[in-house]
Amino acid sequence: MPVKSSDRQGREGKADGVLFVLVMLLLVCGLVFLYSTSAYNGRVKFHDPAYYFKKQLFATSLGLMGMYVVSCMDYHILIKFAPFFYLSSMLLSLAVLLFGDEYNGSKRWLSIGPLSFQPSEFAKVAVILLLAYVISRRKEKRESIWHMAGTMALLLPIVGLVGTNNLSTAVIILGIGVILIFVSNPRYLPFVGIGAGGIVFIGIFLGMASYRLERLAIWRNPEAYEKGFQTIQGLYAIGSGGIFGRGLGSSLQKLGFVPEAQNDMIFSIICEETGLVGACLLIFLFGLLIWRLMVIATHAPDLCGALIAAGIMGHMAMQVILNIAVVTNTIPNTGITLPFVSYGGTSVLFLLGEMGIALSVSRGFHEKGGGE
Amino acid sequence: MRKNRTYHKKKTVIVFAACVCMLAGLMGRMVYLMVIRSDYYAQKAEELHERERDIKAARGRILDAKGEVLADNKAVCTISVIHSQIKEPEKVAAMLVKELGISEETAKKRVETVSAIERVKTNVEKSVGDKIRSYHLDGVKVDEDFKRDYPYDELASKVLGFTGGDNQGIVGLEIMYEDILRGIDGKILTTTDARGVEISELGESRVEPVPGYDLHISLDKNIQMYAQQAAEKVMEEKGAEAVSILLMNPQNGEIYANANVPEFNLNDPFTLNTDADTSAMTDQEFQDACNQMWRNRTINDTYEPGSTFKIITMTAGLSQGVVHLDDSFFCPGYKIVEDRRIHCHKRTGHGAENFVQGAMNSCNPVFIEVGLRLGVDNYYKYFKQLGLMKKTGIDLPGEAGTIMHDKEKIGEVELATISFGQSFQITPVQLATTVSSIINGGTRVTPHFGVKVTDEEGNLVETMEYPEETGIVSEEVSRQVRYILEKVVSEGSGKNAAIEGRTIGGKTATSQTLPRSANRYISSFLGFTPAEDPQVLGICVIWDPQGIYYGGTIAAPVIRDIFENVLPYMGIEG
Repeated sequence: MPVKSSDRQGREGKADGVLFVLVMLLLVCGLVFLYSTSAYNGRVKFHDPAYYFKKQLFATSLGLMGMYVVSCMDYHILIKFAPFFYLSSMLLSLAVLLFGDEYNGSKRWLSIGPLSFQPSEFAKVAVILLLAYVISRRKEKRESIWHMAGTMALLLPIVGLVGTNNLSTAVIILGIGVILIFVSNPRYLPFVGIGAGGIVFIGIFLGMASYRLERLAIWRNPEAYEKGFQTIQGLYAIGSGGIFGRGLGSSLQKLGFVPEAQNDMIFSIICEETGLVGACLLIFLFGLLIWRLMVIATHAPDLCGALIAAGIMGHMAMQVILNIAVVTNTIPNTGITLPFVSYGGTSVLFLLGEMGIALSVSRGFHEKGGGE
Repeated sequence: MRKNRTYHKKKTVIVFAACVCMLAGLMGRMVYLMVIRSDYYAQKAEELHERERDIKAARGRILDAKGEVLADNKAVCTISVIHSQIKEPEKVAAMLVKELGISEETAKKRVETVSAIERVKTNVEKSVGDKIRSYHLDGVKVDEDFKRDYPYDELASKVLGFTGGDNQGIVGLEIMYEDILRGIDGKILTTTDARGVEISELGESRVEPVPGYDLHISLDKNIQMYAQQAAEKVMEEKGAEAVSILLMNPQNGEIYANANVPEFNLNDPFTLNTDADTSAMTDQEFQDACNQMWRNRTINDTYEPGSTFKIITMTAGLSQGVVHLDDSFFCPGYKIVEDRRIHCHKRTGHGAENFVQGAMNSCNPVFIEVGLRLGVDNYYKYFKQLGLMKKTGIDLPGEAGTIMHDKEKIGEVELATISFGQSFQITPVQLATTVSSIINGGTRVTPHFGVKVTDEEGNLVETMEYPEETGIVSEEVSRQVRYILEKVVSEGSGKNAAIEGRTIGGKTATSQTLPRSANRYISSFLGFTPAEDPQVLGICVIWDPQGIYYGGTIAAPVIRDIFENVLPYMGIEG
């Protein structure tokens, strides 16, 4: 079959170089900021300033290998396993509920020997793949509200499982769902309805539990509440950065003032050290990444690839936007990490995996034996 | 397999556009936070990071009339260890054991305690602190501090007063002149992390402390010492509860000495000077006992002056012209006022006597007669004129006021008792000041210690001025009073105060404290010299002496003794 093979190779493009460069840039920036931010906490807690950096570097190397492997694979093969991934992510999430490790008051980790693993990160990838799988397999005509609702209903089990401990990831999963259904559906009007419904739902949801209302009150005036400590410390860090910042490594707020600065609040330290200029450059870098993912989505050879790329784009965008919105106290506090920058091995591993898939989509594989 | 249709692409672009809009919005929010609100947050953050350490300012000294230092500062050190900065814990612990003399166990515990800063020892001698500093060990901190030091321990304790833990004045001159003595503390500003550990790379900024001013007082250490010894001697001999002695310059109110035995140790003001068992006391009781110990009886307590007050009655009578030196009186041993028979201290009576002799005899009926001749209105007028009714204004805290009958309630009997110094109370300092003012020619002076203020190099900052009121009695009356009082000492009841070759004026007093049934007495003597031109006036008050309690017998010799010894030192002749 040499002919067919060469034929296939001829139709496959090269992986998207721009995306790759952007990812590498973000990784380098992320590691530099992570080291700068976590050195103090590492020294204080583990007597090793590079403690967090080393672990992150390990996960990143693993992730880069994963990314390379995945980017070489045909995403159509990957998508065939989507239901399997989805089921296993549900099982892992269930396992977390039963045997998970608690850290900082949340049960989000599964430990296997010295390694710990956060199944909710995996769930996000699984959901993107599952939706791409389900939607691209469906006949084009049958896209009523009910089918959309049915598709969303598919996500409910994982949303429920993840949402028990990790509400913000559940929100992101729902968001990915909405974005993919929006992209796959030619109509606009129902989405206005969904949007309105979503707002009403959020209102009821917030009103149902008083602690969520308290969170709202803290958001409006963080200085008046003890629980607004993290938020206000983040704002002190951002504000004291000014236009050009204190200089890389010179943050004072990372010295224990912003609690666990290397996690969700890392962006505030970036603001303090590199100022408005550095922070905007980083946002711009993320903007470019999202733009590149959009380009890959629009140039995908089929709907399946397009949906995968769009899902990854939505995922990245939501996480960046929500994280920065939380850190700047634009929305109430919720724990969302900043992709490639915040400390978290599982997160960076699966993000790089996602980038691998996006790179695979960018190569323009056509489905084997599939007629157009 | 479905195609990637245009509307899919279009919608992807819409999602992307929405994301870009949101990112742009967030950038806007960041411009707001980092440009417009930057100063606010930066300042808040700075307040959070900066730690202020005070550098204590040296308190001004208190110097006596001859420039002798009565209250000084001792540089002491506080030794602390900072756990996170210690690099050689064994060396540090060994050094602490060697230099501070603490046990090995304690030193280890301090070094190993995980805290921001652990205080090892306070009030360490400066030389030891310097030595510890010379080790240059990381994580060992030597902070300099000042501790008030009183070189003469008990000397004039109730005048000088002492300071508290922050070097602030608590009693005596220390609190009275707090504003002058207290310096302005300096500051060290450092940046710390959330645990309070200083970030040494960022350095520190200092605001240097300004030391307090020195206070120069009129009190003379040597005179004070002698007065204090004399007071102690008589207290011991007579088994008295307390003895107060005040020596002042009647011409300007400067106080040379003020002893109030038992005194207390200024370097250890919270140890009672009695044998009382402090362990059985409640905190309140202990505090009360301390307050009692710190009281200056010359100023804070009133007493019935007794016969020394006859000086005032005499002054009022002479001024008003109701009595003259050669007026004749007859003392049958008592005087009937309204329905009361008021006895003279000599029951058998002094017989016929003129006014001067009546004073020499300290004859009650003579002074009752003068009091009655004056009448309430005139008598009261002179009280006010002489300054008796208001406080003296002495520069010590807590001066007690005069406790006098309401003018409306004074009947003949009260008038009679007031005229020989009973039924009302004044402070010893009030009596001394009033008599000073009478015998100095009629200038009401303000008794005081503070003379001038200088900075640490001795440059004059301020010379104290005190109010004076002239003409409270005429020169003539002043001269007559001096004449009578000289006679009292040279020939009358005060002869135990007489010194060969000196002219001394004075008056004795013995008063019974309330309740009369307790048979407790206060003996006192007030004397001045030279009689014609008084340069020094002394009063000695003995509370509750045992055995003989006559002022002329036990208090007058004390003043004589002091005069005999300090007058040559002061260069006063005649």
